[in-house]
Amino acid sequence: MLHYADSMAGLPADDVLVARLRSGDEDAFALLLDGWSGGMLRLARSFVSTEASAAEVVQETWLAVIEGIDGYEGRSSLKTWVYRILTNTAKRRGIREHKVVPMSSVDDSGPTVDPSRFRPAGDPFAGHWWQFPPSWPTPEQGLMSSEVRAYLAEALAGLPERQRLVVVLRDVEGRPYDEVCELLGITAANQRVLLHRARAFLRGKLEEYYLEEGS
Amino acid sequence: MSLDCRDFVEQVTLFLDGALAPEAEQDMIDHLALCDGCERYLDQMRQTARALEDLPADALPGDTRSTLIDTFRSRRA
Ligand SMILES: [Zn+2]
Repeated sequence: MLHYADSMAGLPADDVLVARLRSGDEDAFALLLDGWSGGMLRLARSFVSTEASAAEVVQETWLAVIEGIDGYEGRSSLKTWVYRILTNTAKRRGIREHKVVPMSSVDDSGPTVDPSRFRPAGDPFAGHWWQFPPSWPTPEQGLMSSEVRAYLAEALAGLPERQRLVVVLRDVEGRPYDEVCELLGITAANQRVLLHRARAFLRGKLEEYYLEEGS
Repeated sequence: MSLDCRDFVEQVTLFLDGALAPEAEQDMIDHLALCDGCERYLDQMRQTARALEDLPADALPGDTRSTLIDTFRSRRA
């Protein structure tokens, strides 16, 4: 499946791209570099401790792509292959920097919405909203303003690492869920818990933002 | 309703991923038909996920970019 960002960027199909890279087509390399590095930086940033370190991870990844493109067998999409190199590089460096993200256990538990927003036991409508979540303004042309997006990017940085990695890969980068399981070495169930907690947290942040804006 | 709002909000991601068992999915649909609050919550979770697609990405530092292009040229051309 082609992610929307790639179809927008007008990248050629994988086999065309790979053939062009192998034949030393510099334009094809630049196209990939400019199309994917931004997302790769953001992902790398979730593994390592500084922007500079993230940029080095991305650089190291591209160097590995240059050296290794002849060995790409097309068993996964080119982007999956590149992201796998990136994730492995970032994990190695994260460990060196003692910033290890343990992915094996789900320690995130408890409700994702404040329980006081629901009617308590004993109430005839126990477990139902006291008040519906406040409505949000309808964004123009379906796009949120750049201010909202900047706010969201900041909120993303406040997430626990494991949740951030999952939501960045799934929602920001649009990677399919089986690839995310493979890249992070987690189960589908674990991934959905982390994704749910991350989205619920970010939804809450947007709610705060709109409440503030409306007051 | 067999499902209350407090349960509904915890199953939204499974529901959007199509990962619920058929009966649990039907419970969600039945609840949605009766509850405007949860319909709004679901829509806001969807909007949140969609807003994340539009986040601006940083660019690679200019010197890193040119180093990589140079390396590509010398290794592959
Ligand atoms: Zn409800």
